Order: sequence, then structure tokens, then C-alpha cells
Amino acid sequence: MDFELTELQTDLAEGMRRLCQGEFPLERVRAAEGADRVVDRAGWRRLAEAGVFNLALPEASGGVGLGLGETALVFEELGRALVPGPLVASHLAAGLVGGAADGSVVVGVVEDRPTGEGHPVPVVIEHLDDLDVLVVLTEHGITSVEPRSLGPTRLRRPMDPLTPVWAVPDLPEGRPLGGPEEAARWRRDGAVLTAALQIGMAAWTTELAVGYAKQRRQFGRPIGGFQAVKHLCADMAVRTEVARCAVHAAAVTVDQAGVGDAVVAAAGAKLLADEAAVANGRSCIQVHGGMGFTWEVPAHLAYKRARVLATQFGTDDRLAEELGRSLAEQAPGVR
Amino acid sequence: MDLRYTDAEQAFRSELRGWLAATLPGLPPKPPAEDWPGRRAYDTHWQRLLFDAGYAGVDWPVEGGGRGSTPVEELIFKEELERAHAPYVGVNFVGLLHAGPTVIAEGTAEQRRRYLPSILKGDEVWCQGFSEPDAGSDLASLRTRAVRDGDHYVINGSKIWTSHAEVADYCELLVRTGADDSRHRGISWLILPMDTPGVEIRPLTTIAGSTEFAELFLDEVCVPVANRVGDENDGWRVTMVTLSFERGTAFVGDLLEAVELLSATVALAQRTGAWSDSAVRSQAGHLRAELDALWALTKRNVSQAARTGVPGIGGTFFKLAYSETRHKLGEFSLSLLGRAGLAAADLDGADGHGPLPAAAMVEDWLRGISLTIAAGTSQIQRNIVGERILGLPKEPVPSAAPSPVA
Ligand SMILES: Cc1cc2nc3c(=O)[nH]c(=O)nc-3n(C[C@H](O)[C@H](O)[C@H](O)COP(=O)(O)OP(=O)(O)OC[C@H]3O[C@@H](n4cnc5c(N)ncnc54)[C@H](O)[C@@H]3O)c2cc1C
Repeated sequence: MDFELTELQTDLAEGMRRLCQGEFPLERVRAAEGADRVVDRAGWRRLAEAGVFNLALPEASGGVGLGLGETALVFEELGRALVPGPLVASHLAAGLVGGAADGSVVVGVVEDRPTGEGHPVPVVIEHLDDLDVLVVLTEHGITSVEPRSLGPTRLRRPMDPLTPVWAVPDLPEGRPLGGPEEAARWRRDGAVLTAALQIGMAAWTTELAVGYAKQRRQFGRPIGGFQAVKHLCADMAVRTEVARCAVHAAAVTVDQAGVGDAVVAAAGAKLLADEAAVANGRSCIQVHGGMGFTWEVPAHLAYKRARVLATQFGTDDRLAEELGRSLAEQAPGVR
Repeated sequence: MDLRYTDAEQAFRSELRGWLAATLPGLPPKPPAEDWPGRRAYDTHWQRLLFDAGYAGVDWPVEGGGRGSTPVEELIFKEELERAHAPYVGVNFVGLLHAGPTVIAEGTAEQRRRYLPSILKGDEVWCQGFSEPDAGSDLASLRTRAVRDGDHYVINGSKIWTSHAEVADYCELLVRTGADDSRHRGISWLILPMDTPGVEIRPLTTIAGSTEFAELFLDEVCVPVANRVGDENDGWRVTMVTLSFERGTAFVGDLLEAVELLSATVALAQRTGAWSDSAVRSQAGHLRAELDALWALTKRNVSQAARTGVPGIGGTFFKLAYSETRHKLGEFSLSLLGRAGLAAADLDGADGHGPLPAAAMVEDWLRGISLTIAAGTSQIQRNIVGERILGLPKEPVPSAAPSPVA
């Protein structure tokens, strides 16, 4: 057992960080705020060339043949750079939807809403105008749907200005892409990769807060010298690191047979990564004081994105309940 | 301890209720959130209606032209307004809650005559220029400089987070008149007419996308010495005096709004079916207990102010506890909205029972984030509780006071 990163893994993450710095600097990403379309097609293809979508695809199918562990490291970097667009769905679709792997086709995903009569929340879909293909995830499998056939309504004032959203009355049947096993893979790996995006953001907001706490002075000293601020920053770092280990462990548990229950690990990782990203977004704003409440300072973007990602591939309530159930199943004796 | 209202208090309430019922239906429709001139017109019109009915300045002493009500009547006033969904102080919160009371307490007879009636009648709006880019929590380090030149001050510097600056006629401005390092001993309180040459306003956008606050740049701005309230270099004390007008009712409207938000959230949970989950019910129950307790704390604070004439420490307790509760409530409503909360838009429910209240809930969550920052951050408030109330040893540097409003 050696749970440290290999040199290859470290290089992969560093390479992705450099790519994001070159292709997705914050000013460029922010230029799309409020737009209907936020995916930069040229940048998307650059991501594809770097392996973002085909990293885990077997070499025989034209992929790189690495695992979810490596992919999670790459997604952490994408999260930290706030790269907008349906990254996770497009990655999961590689090998299933033609063009997803090479970045020429942008694929989104939506979970069909909870069944049951009269549920009031309509289907809400991210990035619809950017999508070439929409994958619908249900209990029974996944289907593909033509995004423009849905009669969507664009919702004003999206929570995250870089995640435009649409409501649609109903989802059509769609063309079958996979059965229950494929759907289960989407849920599990989708949770892990979304969690990776979240810890990337949690790490980034920690750095933003720490940087500001060192530089901003009040009462004649850096605010980071006050315990109240120092402890906010320390908690951010701890949450990030704990969640990061959970995410890496979940990814490796998917890759390596026999090391644990991958579904349980994925649920736990997503749960903690959501919490870390959301709580850190909030603390980052707090450390920035009045500046944190401005649009200009990017803390709110991470906070809002974290809230959006927390609704994808399992909400905290659902994940926590799933985890609770898994404990009961393992518990010896009394049922 | 008696929670029953006296006959006189009940009479005050029912008279007010009658007036609200008769008056509110005649109000024009509310202007859109970003229509600032429209909002100014709406809020000042409402103030004029209050004035004509004798309800302007309920919380102002009689010598300032106010109604001189008791703290309990003030509580009832704010409670009834909120319950009737009436407007409140709106864009002139600084004039009505802060600058006006300061002029009453510390202004000259001439200043009172000139400025107070027009606040009460809704003719003039004020904003607050206290905070600076480098002086937030540490307000006493402010650097905007006022240099005496005959019967004028010449002012250079900048202010930040000035709420509603764009629609204000006057600004209560704190300036440095003493030596650079004089801290709170070298500050003066000035009345700055916003149309003075050299005043530049640059709007700032909040994380909710609103331009409700701004930066003020002051370049060779001339203000008559006659516009100074209180003595030169005595502005810090002048500002502190205003705080003693606070009688524990500052958050009454907010608190009742939170109670309504909780009801709306429970209604949403019933509509989505989440209410069948016992964890959801117990979270709602917890929030109810907290909001009820905060209402009781408000009554305690108001009663203390009525007896002693000064606000107790309860205000600090309230602000800290309330901002935590409000945060939990925001998280709770967002989690129940689920994916309907991905936009601040009232999308139509798929159940045919009309729109889901996503716009109000998301907006509320966003605005709620400022509660732990504005008017003294939670960190500063905790220092105040720890050091001034509990007598714990001080941090290596003094904790801040007073905090700007808003
Ligand atoms: C919505 C809104 C409206 C506002 N309206 C107005 C207005 O109309 N007029 C006006 O003058 N001001 C206004 N303000 C400004 C507000 O009062 C300041 O933002 C606030 O006092 C904090 O100052 P700051 O932003 O400079 O943060 P900073 O003081 O820089 O604080 C940054 C962080 O450091 C922490 N910190 C600082 N000092 C200490 C310490 N000693 N111990 C522990 N922690 C510390 C803070 O808690 C915070 O987390 C408004 C602010 C907001 C958000």
C-alpha cells in the first residue's frame, strides 16, 4: 500500500494546471458570465487533446487507458480553474457517444426527476444551448435525447452566472445508450468526478482566503494574525484535505478490484466534497469582508458553482441516506 | 416579566392596523429592484404618507419632530408594518435610523431645523460614508482628510460600501481632521451634500447582482464648517451617541420576514413531499425554536431599553445568533428547492399549482450572506462579546467600535 501520488500522477495534475492557466485564465472564463453559451469550443478541443475526456478509455478504444484515479486529479484542476461546461458528462460519454472523446461533441446529462404523481420541481437542465447531445439518466438506464427538441425555457438569473439553466416540462423517451449497469457507472463515477471538481474549488477558495488574510491589514496587522480569521482559514484547509483523501480513495476503489465498496466510497466522497466546497465558498467570502460581498471578487462564483454541483449526481441528503443504509446492511446481529 | 400588552399599547396597535388596512391598497406597484430612482420615489412617497398620518419618526424623540413613542410602541409599529407587508425605511434607512437621530442629539438648532423635517417628510435621502477601502472593521483608522480653509473644509479621500449613494441627497461623512495617527480622537462628522463638485460615485455590484452600494471618490470637495455636527475631532463620540438610539428593534422586520420564509419553506416541503422525511420536519422545528427565541430576545432587549433608556448588550447577542439562524434557514430552503434553486426565477411547478418561490428564496439566501459582514462582522461581534461583555483578555489590538450601519 502506498497512497501517495506517483510521479506520473503528479505530472499529469501539474500539466493540467498549466493548461488551465493558459487556456482558461479567470478573466477569460468570467467573460462568459451571464451568457447562454459558456463552452468555448476551441478550448474544449484543447481539453480533449490533453485527455480530459478519453483518459480512462481503454487504449483499444482510442483512449489513454488510465484510471479514475488519474482522471480525478485532472478534474480537480478543472474545478480549481472554474472551467464551465458539462465536463463530467462529456467524459462519461466518451466511448458511448461519437465525438465526445475528441471534444467535437459536447454532452450534457440530466437525471430524470423523482417519479411520483404531482412532483412540483420541473426538469432543470444545465448548459442546454451548448449541448449536442443530452443524456438522460434513470434507474433503468441511460438514453440520449436531442437537446433542441425539448421546448426549453431559459431561466433568468441563474444561481451560477457560468451555469445557464433551462426548465423543460418533460423528458422524451430518447434513444437507449445503456442499461442499469451503465446507469450505475454514470452515478458512481459521476459522483467521484463531480467531487473532484468540488475539492479543486475548495482548495482554490482556501488559497484565495489565505492570500487575502496575509495581505489585508486592519488594526495595523494582517487580518490572518487574528485567531478568528486564522481559524476560518485552517478549517478550510482541513475540510479540503479530508475530502480530497476521500475523493482519491473513492477513485482508486473504482479502479482497483477488492479494495473496498466503490459505491459507498463514491457516495462518501461526494458528500464531503460538496460540504467542503460549499463551506469554503462561504468562509472565503467571510474572510474577504465587504469585498467578499462584491461581484468582482470571485469568491461568490466558487460558492455558487459549488451549490450547483451539489445538486448533481446525488444531493447530500440522498448520499447520506445511502451511506446510512449501507451501514445497516453491514451491521452484525440486530436488524 | 409580563408579555401582555397594556391597553394603551393595544390601542396603538389597533389604530395603526386600521390605518395600514386603509392605506396600503392605495400604494402604487413596487418598482423593479434595480430601478433606483423608482425605488426612491416609492419609498419617499410612503414616508410622506406616514408623516401625514403622524407615524413619521415613531422612534424619534419629540424634540426632533418625531412621535416620541415608547420602545414597546416602536416594536409594535415595526411588527405591524411587517405583518401587513408595508414598506419600511427603504433607501433612506440611513437618514431615518442613523443620520437623523445623530442630528437630533448633536446638531445645532439651525441644523435640526434645516435637515430633520425633510427626512421625516420624505423629501431628502441620506447615505453613510464611514467605511473606507483600508478602514472597515478598523474604522478608527480612516484617512479621508478634511483640511480647514476659512469657513470651509476641503476634503480628499474615498469611501466604500456607501449604500444607496446614487439616490442620496446627503451623506453623513466621517473625516480625519486630527493628526494622521490620532485614530478615534481625530475624526469629525460632516454633512456632505451629494451634489457638491468633486464627489464622484462609482457603483459596485453585489454578489446578488445589485448595484445597491457604491464607492465615493472625494476630490477637493468643499463643505462649509457649518455642516459639521459636534466639535472638531469629536466625531467618534458623535457617532457613538447615535448608537444609543437603538432600542433593540433594528431587526424586527427582518426577523418577521424570516418567520414568513420558514412558513414558505415548510409549504414547499409539503408540496414536494419532502415533509414526509422526519429529518426535514425536525430541521424546521429547530428553526422555529430559534426564531421564537429570537423574538423573545427582541422583547427582552426592547424592555431593557424602555427601563434604562440605553440598549443593552442583547443587541450584539441578537445579531450573532440571528445571522447564524438566518444562514441555516437559507441553506434549508435551498436544499428543499433542490434543482429549482439553480436560478432565482419563479419557474412554474410541474404539479399545476403555480410557480415555485425560487426567486424569493435564492435572493434571500444571497442577501443573507451580508448579515455576517455588514454593520460589524461576526468576528468583531464575537470579540465584543468576549472582551467587553465577558471580560476576557483582549486580543493584542483593540476591537472595533462603532460599526457602520447596514
Ligand atoms: C451589504 C453591505 C452594506 C454596507 N453598507 C455600508 C454603508 O452604507 N456605509 C458604510 O460606511 N459601510 C457600509 N458597509 C461596510 C461594512 O460595515 C464593512 O464591510 C464591515 O465593517 C467590514 O469591513 P471590511 O469590509 O473592510 O472587512 P475587513 O475589516 O477587512 O475584514 C475582513 C475579515 O477580517 C476579519 N477581521 C478584521 N479585524 C478583525 C479582528 N480584530 N479580529 C478578528 N477578525 C477580524 C473580519 O471579520 C473579516 O472576516 C456595508 C457592507 C455590506 C456588506
